[in-house]
Amino acid sequence: MTYDIIVIGGGPGGYVAAIRAAQLGFRTAVVEREHLGGICLNWGCIPAKALLRSAEILHYAEHASAYGLKLEGKVTPDAAAIVKRSRQISAQLNNGVGFLMKKNKIDVIWGEAFIAKAGEVRVSAPKKPAEQPQTPPPKGTLGEGTYAAKHIVVATGARPRALPGLEPDGRLIWTYFEAMKPERLPKSLIVMGSGAIGVEFASFYRAMGAEVTLVEVLPQIMPVEDAEIAAHARKRFAKGGIKVFTSTKVTKVAKGADSVTATLEDDKGRTETVTAERMISAVGVVGNVENLGLEALGVKIERGAIVTDGLGRTTVPGVYAIGDVAGPPMLAHKAEHEGVICVETIKGLHTHAMDPLMIPGCTFCSPQVASVGLTEEKAKAAGYKVKVGRFPFVGNGKAIALGEPDGLVKTVFDAATGKLLGAHLVGAEVTELIQGFVVAMNCETTEEELIHTVFPHPTLSETMHESVLDAYGRVIHV
Amino acid sequence: MPINILMPALSPTMEKGNLAKWLKKEGDAVKAGDVIAEIETDKATMEVEAIDEGVLAKILVPEGATDVPVNQPIAVIAQEGETATAPAPRQENAPAKEQQPARDQARANTPQANKTRPQANETPPQAAKDTPPQAAPARGERVFSSPLARRIAKDAGIDLSAIAGSGPHGRVIERDVKAALAGGTAPAPKAAPQAAPAQAAALLAQAMPDANIRKFFEPGSFEEVPHDSMRKTIARRLVEAKQTIPHFYLSVDCELDALLKLRAEINAGAPKDRDGAPAFKLSVNDFVIKALAQSLMAVPDANATWTESAMLKHKHADVGVAVSIPGGLITPVVRKADTKSLSTISNEMKDYAARARQRKLKPEEYQGGSTAVSNLGMFGITNFAAVINPPHATILAVGAGESRVIVKNGAPAVATVMSVTLSTDHRAVDGALGAELLAAFKRYIENPIAMLA
Repeated sequence: MTYDIIVIGGGPGGYVAAIRAAQLGFRTAVVEREHLGGICLNWGCIPAKALLRSAEILHYAEHASAYGLKLEGKVTPDAAAIVKRSRQISAQLNNGVGFLMKKNKIDVIWGEAFIAKAGEVRVSAPKKPAEQPQTPPPKGTLGEGTYAAKHIVVATGARPRALPGLEPDGRLIWTYFEAMKPERLPKSLIVMGSGAIGVEFASFYRAMGAEVTLVEVLPQIMPVEDAEIAAHARKRFAKGGIKVFTSTKVTKVAKGADSVTATLEDDKGRTETVTAERMISAVGVVGNVENLGLEALGVKIERGAIVTDGLGRTTVPGVYAIGDVAGPPMLAHKAEHEGVICVETIKGLHTHAMDPLMIPGCTFCSPQVASVGLTEEKAKAAGYKVKVGRFPFVGNGKAIALGEPDGLVKTVFDAATGKLLGAHLVGAEVTELIQGFVVAMNCETTEEELIHTVFPHPTLSETMHESVLDAYGRVIHV
Repeated sequence: MPINILMPALSPTMEKGNLAKWLKKEGDAVKAGDVIAEIETDKATMEVEAIDEGVLAKILVPEGATDVPVNQPIAVIAQEGETATAPAPRQENAPAKEQQPARDQARANTPQANKTRPQANETPPQAAKDTPPQAAPARGERVFSSPLARRIAKDAGIDLSAIAGSGPHGRVIERDVKAALAGGTAPAPKAAPQAAPAQAAALLAQAMPDANIRKFFEPGSFEEVPHDSMRKTIARRLVEAKQTIPHFYLSVDCELDALLKLRAEINAGAPKDRDGAPAFKLSVNDFVIKALAQSLMAVPDANATWTESAMLKHKHADVGVAVSIPGGLITPVVRKADTKSLSTISNEMKDYAARARQRKLKPEEYQGGSTAVSNLGMFGITNFAAVINPPHATILAVGAGESRVIVKNGAPAVATVMSVTLSTDHRAVDGALGAELLAAFKRYIENPIAMLA
């Protein structure tokens, strides 16, 4: 069988690339070894959001009286039921991807892919996966064999990074796999790493009642975020009962029968030990570049990521890479977009590389954090004279009505041109707000268009408008 | 600052060309003088050289693109540390450079074209001066641009309408304005439309549609070879010639023995260099070129080009010589052949023929002329009639020199005889005038020593 395009990896980057390829008339196949939808859909974004929704409902229930509701009896989390719901949601979407493959007449090949040479993919039986997939391969998938394709798109994603001496064991030290389906809820937990994965699990387990210790080696939690926003989130975490250590690393872990004792050391050399039932290692992810035959082909790999030209082309003609395996930011929406750009480039359409400053980031901890573009610090470091606007949720009617008065919208403009350089939000539902700023940046609006835009009342989005007004000394509700 | 490489004008009248080949890839470093691309016109392939050092940041026109207008940006060269993903837009405030076409940015191997030589169906380049820069809309038209682009342009005092947009639907966006600010390129004048051939084209009869022609042949029984631009040009020009030029034909036989003897003597006497290679080796065709040029000087009325308004009477004999090359033919022109020695003509032709085969002739080397020579003698053809190549008024079809029995002084004799047929444009050269020209030609061929005078 000869294909126009074989995509290796059925995650959000891979399957979206395959669908776009099919739309453009390419004979397309996807090679997948574990589960369609990838980590995002099976062990990442989606099931985590399901868990966090349970945490949110629990939070509302616990605070029902604040909204004038009398709740008889006690609301208690049921770990098995919460996990079951989360897994069902993943299974449903996983089936959905199988349906999309069929609908678009994309062949699914089940197994481990190896690029023997440009134009040829050898597929062998899948090895034992990190986590047993909960759903069997969809019906009608192809199996082991050699497949030819004019273009091969590597979309193999990433896996958890392990720190030496602190390697996850699946029992006491978890990765997101184990954290996603706890058999019981630990009473105490250490979370190593305060990136998106770390703080989301910290928020979830804290909401479920665990004593949570969050440890970050850098001076700021959520290090990619704007310092002011991160500080705001940190204050909220601490208020919610999460112990936060920054400029601190875990130097040693002693494993007990059903507990771990971590030695923490701060940047001044002071040490402290924390004992908890479990520890989550959330120190980032690394691209799956191995065992694909890439080195032998001469595909250039730098710092664990396949080097591409921004349009998906690697250093070897006919071999492409998208998503996590092609480097940061390791985000599903970045992978999807890259997949589309890559396939359209193959088709010969006029494509542009993505501007990394236009890729938003969302973290679903409590409170939520969302951002796009340059932080205030980075904008200054880049030489911009900035105008910064801030608006607190407390000045917003809807936020007060929701009982969510704690939040901040920060906008960063280039003083010279009025270009929106970045937007940084923390608070309720800000992950649903950020795209307004993303659209504005893509259209190259200045503050003027944003000021002239009518934001509907009463919504949280008015905080965005006010933040822009504030940057230009025109804020109304403060 | 990023620098646009523009589609070069290989001749003053060139409007568009094909991007035959990229010799550098995006990301390649380029030095001044590096050949970065090959441009193909009707009959020639030209090299485009970089004149600045930098990195070929972006190829804007893919290899194989056809009919790329002159002065359209085809690539962007960025200096070290710069990025350029879009054409650097033109800057408006550079009136001094406006009349200077692409050569500023990309230097084609083209010397200044011969401006003294009028060409019937081509518009003089001066007409193009006042045309606004392409891709930038005329004043008053709405310029689609992003708010940020408008803001930056306004603050910098740049007119957005002078900037070519690289955003969606040609929208002018921030990077376009910034590139212009960083020192883009002068708006280049657009080549004026070629007006004259339109009339001729209107006269063309409609050929049978391709689909109808294909119907005559079993599908799969043939291979389809797309036309290259040379094939298209040959087809277009010869149809035009046969449809617009009233041809008529005159033939004469010329005895060659004296010429062959003189040729042998001259060649034997050619000075040799240290390796023993002669400085020249004349061919019969070189004598034919020279003889035709001398004949045109002797019969100046035949050295003419027809135009609707007037007869152009040429002062020198520019003789085109058909050279067969793979995939077609091309007719380089020996300029002022009447003033050149046989050895000069001979060496010039050797150079032309070699470069013609590589498709490396420059347009001004094969355009123009008032007559042409087409020689198929080497294939054993004894006589044929050739199609006039506009703007010529005549073409001489030359057959093989062969031993024939002829009648001389009332008795049979053996002589080497060459038949030639002159096709003439009856609008410019009438029958008697053509006959006079051919008689002069026969005289020179049969008394070749006169050519040396």
